[in-house]
Amino acid sequence: MLTALWNNRIEVVAVILFAVGFSTLLLHRNLLKKVIGLNIMDTAAYLFLTSLGYIRDRLSPIITDGATDPEAYVNPLPAGLVLTGIVVSVSVTAVMLGLTLRLYKRYHTLNLDEIYRMTHEEQEAER
Amino acid sequence: MSFFLNFPLFIIILSLMTAVTSSLLKEKAARVLTLALAAVAAVLNLLTLAYTAAEGKSFTYLMGHYPHPWGNELKFGILEPLFAAAFAAVLFLSVLGGKKQLDQKLEHSKGRFYYVLCDLVLVSLTALVYTNDIFTGYVFIEICTLSSCGLLLIRQNGRTILASVRYMMFSLIGSGLFLFGVIFLYSLTGHLLLPNLKESIAVLNASGERRLPLLAAVSLITIGISVKSGLAPFHLWMADTYGAALPSSSGILSGLVSKGYAFFLIKLVFDAFGPAFFYTSGVQNILFAFGVLGILLGSVGALRENNIFRMNAYSSAAQIGYIYMGIGLSATMGIEAALFQILTHALTKPAIFLASAGLSDSAGGAKKFHNLQGTGFMNPFAGVSFSFEAFSMIGLPFTMGFISKYLFGMAAFDSTHNKMIPTLIALALSTILNTLYFARTILRIYNTPENGGTVRVPIRQQKNFFIAGSLFALANLFFGIFARPFIAFLADGLRIF
Amino acid sequence: MKKSFKDRLQAWDSGQFELGDALVRETDGRRPPEKEEDVSWAHVPVGRVSQVERRLFRVLYPVLAGLLALVMIAFLLFVVEQLPAFGDALSPANSSEVIKRYIASGLTETGAVNIVAGIILDYRAFDTLGESHVLFTAAIVVFILLLAETELPDKPSDRRILMDDLIFKKTAFFLSPFILLFGTYVILNGHLGPGGGFSGGALIGAGLILVSMAFGPRVSGRIVALKSYRRIVLVSLLFYSLAKGYSFFCGANGLHTIFRPGTPGRIFSAGLILPLNIAVGLVVACTMFGFYSLFTRESV
Repeated sequence: MLTALWNNRIEVVAVILFAVGFSTLLLHRNLLKKVIGLNIMDTAAYLFLTSLGYIRDRLSPIITDGATDPEAYVNPLPAGLVLTGIVVSVSVTAVMLGLTLRLYKRYHTLNLDEIYRMTHEEQEAER
Repeated sequence: MSFFLNFPLFIIILSLMTAVTSSLLKEKAARVLTLALAAVAAVLNLLTLAYTAAEGKSFTYLMGHYPHPWGNELKFGILEPLFAAAFAAVLFLSVLGGKKQLDQKLEHSKGRFYYVLCDLVLVSLTALVYTNDIFTGYVFIEICTLSSCGLLLIRQNGRTILASVRYMMFSLIGSGLFLFGVIFLYSLTGHLLLPNLKESIAVLNASGERRLPLLAAVSLITIGISVKSGLAPFHLWMADTYGAALPSSSGILSGLVSKGYAFFLIKLVFDAFGPAFFYTSGVQNILFAFGVLGILLGSVGALRENNIFRMNAYSSAAQIGYIYMGIGLSATMGIEAALFQILTHALTKPAIFLASAGLSDSAGGAKKFHNLQGTGFMNPFAGVSFSFEAFSMIGLPFTMGFISKYLFGMAAFDSTHNKMIPTLIALALSTILNTLYFARTILRIYNTPENGGTVRVPIRQQKNFFIAGSLFALANLFFGIFARPFIAFLADGLRIF
Repeated sequence: MKKSFKDRLQAWDSGQFELGDALVRETDGRRPPEKEEDVSWAHVPVGRVSQVERRLFRVLYPVLAGLLALVMIAFLLFVVEQLPAFGDALSPANSSEVIKRYIASGLTETGAVNIVAGIILDYRAFDTLGESHVLFTAAIVVFILLLAETELPDKPSDRRILMDDLIFKKTAFFLSPFILLFGTYVILNGHLGPGGGFSGGALIGAGLILVSMAFGPRVSGRIVALKSYRRIVLVSLLFYSLAKGYSFFCGANGLHTIFRPGTPGRIFSAGLILPLNIAVGLVVACTMFGFYSLFTRESV
């Protein structure tokens, strides 16, 4: 078990990071920290994906001298997927930060419990 | 290759370009363009459907010059164009029917962006329905999430922003799990296109190697998608979200977005995991259990509410429970029932939200039941429309709701004992609770108001809502009455999925 | 006061009492008015309400969430243990036919020396088409969120991050032309080496943000007028959709496109990849700078 985990050490780190991000997203009441947790979670996924494409003793997939032997280069597909994924995560982060900014300007706190309480009182006032 | 097969591509490119162009146009032009786009998309999808139904098989369409496993592809038989057409039509009717509220409540500097986001929802749903590639699915799921978040935010007060934060939280957790599942699957099989995934999973499953990672991948993907579409216990954002948004937004979110995810999951089950593997993996039992839980929690939640929009939201959670219960039940009749339920709910819920908004407006924007007293007389069409759709939700004969409950019942008898009993109990309980909370609302809106003097809202002041509401009701009656050939059609589609 | 069932029914019929309330609490028959207007909560002192449930929830929630994280780590570690080893050339992902074709014929089929560019802009171009529209969607949502803000007037100090610092200004003055130039190089050489539209666009966006931080929006507006950012994004996206739509249509119908792979290694080669890289680069650069401007409340 331990040797298998050591062989997959990068994946292990990625998995731990993922869980850390996931629990930060759930655990923290501070909106900004939630956004950070989200970013950790995404980054872990990309780390995992990148590590899948690595092959020992091979070159990066840029053909310089016309050699097109598949045995010579690492797997190029994960790099492409990570590129796509990063853009998605940037977009999501921008939207989350926008939401955070709006909530902060309105309620002057980043604590979700407090914000929830205030909106709840707004709603009670509506009854 | 027949020219008809190009239509899905045309719809996707056309809606992308419409979305981009609309962001420069005036609000009115953007709306006309969105409505036209949705109508064109529905018609083109129906033409594709006519062709594939006549041919009776499914086609793959290369997105580029390379077939699977190298390049992106679309794949469609009968079900894909059918559901894409239904989604486009429902989007059209939701935007049309909610025009009055949109005109009143959109800030005019931002009005056009609402329609841009509608176009983006349409393109992401179409791509989700048609795609033959799991990673493309991920990208368009994200477009769908972001644009539906924007639809919520178009009217900003404290609660909508908080509701969007919650919605985004759950959605992002869902997409995180989904992405990780996809990565596991890629690591195990080396493929991203659905047909190759299916082959490799079948081989892996037969060899019995790496069973745990395979199960983990499939369950992460399944759980991710179901979290995103708001299956219990992740349904709590719905009440806040739909309670505060515009009726068109609520209709689109509950009727289309969560259904789009559910359809994508069904597509994955058939095209990527393979029913043979999925229905022996145990993941289906988790889905079934949470589906039943969703039905009960949603119904009880709806009964406890005294705000009409929040009640509708909880009722949506219950309906989503039905869909996942159906997916969990069995590969044939359960999925058929789930597919029919997707259509039922997509045709019913937006109409209920529109009618509720009509009732609420005639009582001066009230949302609580005791202030809605007598609104059925003030706005007769909204009252009739609400009552009819509520009857469909309860499951009275000649409506789609009846057929879908009948299908779930049949699927339950068809399945094993330990699923039959919970399904039947859930169906019975949910029907009783549905009747209770909808009957309460209907009685309330047809109760004479105390102070007598009321203003009536005639139909000519709400022409758009009248057209949309009647079309929703007619479609509901049509599929409710001619259900038998339609179900046979669905079954055909399932066979060539 | 306990009411009989009949009384309750009558009260319900006259609209003084709701079924939903029965499960939560009883109303006293009054009908408070419903309000739609927004209340600003800036004046409410923090921490006024403290309920036992809420406190219990605050204690239990972290414990449960932490437990969930630990369970998740354990589960995922079991999964990872059974996955193919890191760096293994024979793992399913690294030895499939997919990769072989990408490397063996990528150069002749797409004309791109950089295989990754060939994958994301030719083999799997539909993903990338969707991806650039994710950015567009996010820009629209942020625009909706931050533009028509009416509630609280901002202090000028909130509005702009203008670093009034000599060292920073001088560094930015010397560095920013090189950053912009390097970004352009990365975009234009996306098919010939590491780089491409996304990374180059991000560089250019960063360069513009640097200029704007150091010298204020007026100077960065001199590089490209603020108003034209949106048009650039729109034109690029439209071009992208049209070009890719044409290429998809030709591919699916077995037609040849007018775009040829050309001689690999030349700057004008690899068919559509160079123009698409430029379009993507423009979209990314303008969206990044747009995000910055929106967050710092300059108009776009």
